[in-house]
Amino acid sequence: MSLDKATVAHIAKLARIAVPEQDLPGLATELSGILKWIEQLDSVDTSKVEPLSSVVNATLRFREDNITDGGQRDAVLANAPVSAQGFFVVPKVVE
Amino acid sequence: MSAFTDLTLTAALEGLAKGDFTSVELTRAHVEAVEAARGLNAFVTETPDQALKMAAESDTRRKAGTVGLMEGVPLAIKDLFCTKGVLTTASSHILDGFKPPYESTVTANLWKAGAVMLGKTNLDEFAMGSSNETSYYGGVVNPWRKPGDNKNLVPGGSSGGSATAVAARLAIAATGTDTGGSIRQPAAFTGTVGLKPTYGRCSRFGIVAFASSLDQAGPMTRTIDDAAVMMRVMAGFDDKDSTSVDIAVPDYRADLAQSVKGLRIGIPKEYRVDGMPAEIDALWQQGMEWLKAAGAEVKDISLPHTQYALPAYYIVAPAEASSNLARYDGVRFGLRVPADELADMYAQTRAAGFGAEVRRRILIGTYVLSAGYYDAYYVKAQKIRTLILNDFTKAFESVDAILTPTTPTAAFGLGDKVDDPVSMYLNDVLTVPVNMAGLPGLSVPAGLSKEGLPLGLQVIGKPFDESTVLRVGKAIEDAAALKQKPEAWWRAA
Repeated sequence: MSLDKATVAHIAKLARIAVPEQDLPGLATELSGILKWIEQLDSVDTSKVEPLSSVVNATLRFREDNITDGGQRDAVLANAPVSAQGFFVVPKVVE
Repeated sequence: MSAFTDLTLTAALEGLAKGDFTSVELTRAHVEAVEAARGLNAFVTETPDQALKMAAESDTRRKAGTVGLMEGVPLAIKDLFCTKGVLTTASSHILDGFKPPYESTVTANLWKAGAVMLGKTNLDEFAMGSSNETSYYGGVVNPWRKPGDNKNLVPGGSSGGSATAVAARLAIAATGTDTGGSIRQPAAFTGTVGLKPTYGRCSRFGIVAFASSLDQAGPMTRTIDDAAVMMRVMAGFDDKDSTSVDIAVPDYRADLAQSVKGLRIGIPKEYRVDGMPAEIDALWQQGMEWLKAAGAEVKDISLPHTQYALPAYYIVAPAEASSNLARYDGVRFGLRVPADELADMYAQTRAAGFGAEVRRRILIGTYVLSAGYYDAYYVKAQKIRTLILNDFTKAFESVDAILTPTTPTAAFGLGDKVDDPVSMYLNDVLTVPVNMAGLPGLSVPAGLSKEGLPLGLQVIGKPFDESTVLRVGKAIEDAAALKQKPEAWWRAA
C-alpha cells in the first residue's frame, strides 16, 4: 500500500499531530516504504489461525468493587501545565 | 576509587557484608564516576544527593541488622521508570518537567531491597530505537571503541544509557526495559549481561508505556550472577498490573549452582539471516561447542515463521504505541504549546513534543488501526504472533533452551543508520520474536569481533524459566572467560 499526501494528512489529523504541508510528501514516501516492507506478511496464509490475544494465557482477575485509592487531587494536578482552583485549564471549547 | 567501580554486584554485596567498606563509600565512588563520564551522555538526570542519602540510610539499616537482597548497591535507572519526585522524561521533550507523584513497582522493589539510585539514564525517545539516537537529550556514546580508532559508536538502544552506565563502570547495575530487544541489543553492543524476563514476570506499573503487550523490565549487569540477584528483586506479582502473573519467584542465584549437563539446546536454522557476518556465525558455533563441552546436548530445530516476526512487530508495536501515547495532550503533564483552540493545542503540542521516530510510529500505528485497515494489518499481525508462539511451543517440546546470536552485527557508528528506518529496524531481527511470544531472553557477552568490539549470544527459554536461561548464560560466560573492559578514554577528555 502506497500512501498519498492526502492519506498522510488524514492520519496526522486522526493522531492529532500537526504536520506542515511541505513535510507531507517526504513523510508519505517514508511511511509507504515501511508499509511496503510490512506487506511481506501477505505471503503467509493465516486463514485458519486465531489472532493471539495474550501471551500469558491468563484471564483477567476480578476484585471486589471497593475504593482503593483517591483523594489525590493535588498530586494529580501537580504536573499540569496550567491549573486553577483544583481543575485542569484548557482553551475554551464551547461557543 | 577504580577498585570500587570495578566491583560486581555480588562482590559489592560481599564486601559490604564483611564491613570492608560502606555503601556511602561505594556510592561516592560511583557518583564521581558518573560526573567524570558526562561526555558519554549516559544520564538524563543525576541524583547524587539522593544517592548519598539513600546510601547513608542503607548503612544505618545494616548496622541495625536489617539487610535487603541488594542492600547498599548503587544503581542506574532507565528514565522510563517513574520515580517519585524525580524528573522522569522517557527522553522525550513532551514530558518536560514531569515529576511523578508515585513510584514504579520495579524501582519500589529495588529500594525495598536496599538499593541506591544514582540517577536516570538516557534512552531512545519512548524506548523507540535501536541506537539511542532518537533521544531528545542526544545520543549516548558507547564506552567501547575499536582499538586505535577514536570514532564514537552507538551503545544500542533503547536502554543505551543503562548499558553504557554498566559497561563504563558508572553503576554496578541498571534497570532496562525491552519491547523488541531494548535490553538485549544494547547489552550485546556494550559487553554486558541483559535479561528480558517472561512477559508478566515484572510489573509494568509505573513504567512509561510503549507497547503494552510486549514491554518488560529486566536487569542489566556485568555478570550472570549479578543478573540472577537483581532479577529476583525486580520480579514478583503486582495487583497494579493486570498482566502481572502470580507465580513464585525462584532464587535464581541458587539455581545457578546446577550445571547445564544434560540440557537440550536448540539451534534454529532460521536465525542464520542473510548477510550475517562470518564472525557472528563463528561465535554462534563457538557457543554451541562450549555448551557441548559443558555436557549439554545441542540439536537443530526449526522456527519457520521467524522472518515474519519483525514486520509483524512493526504493526503491533506502533499500533499499541499510538494508543498509549494518546495521553500526551498538553493538559495533564509535560509540554504544552499554547493555541486558541483545544484541538489545535493538542496537534501543536504533539508536533513539538514528539521527535521524528515517535511521530513516524504514531502515524503508522494510527494508520493500521484506522477504519478499514484493522483486519488487514493488526489482526493479521496478531495471527502471525500465534504462528510464532506455536513455533516456539513446538520447539520447546524437544529442547530446554535455544541459542542464537543477539544481534546481526557489532556496534555501529553514530549517525551511520539514522537515515533509513528499515535498516535500523533490522537490528532487532533476532530479538523481536522473543517479545512477540512473551518468552524470557538473555544476552551474554561471548566474545569480541575482529575489530575488538563486544558480541553477545542470546539464550531463549520457556515461559517463566529464567533459571534455565541464566544457567545456560553462566556456562557461556564461564567458557568465554572475557577479561576485557573498555578503556576509560572519556575520563581524560
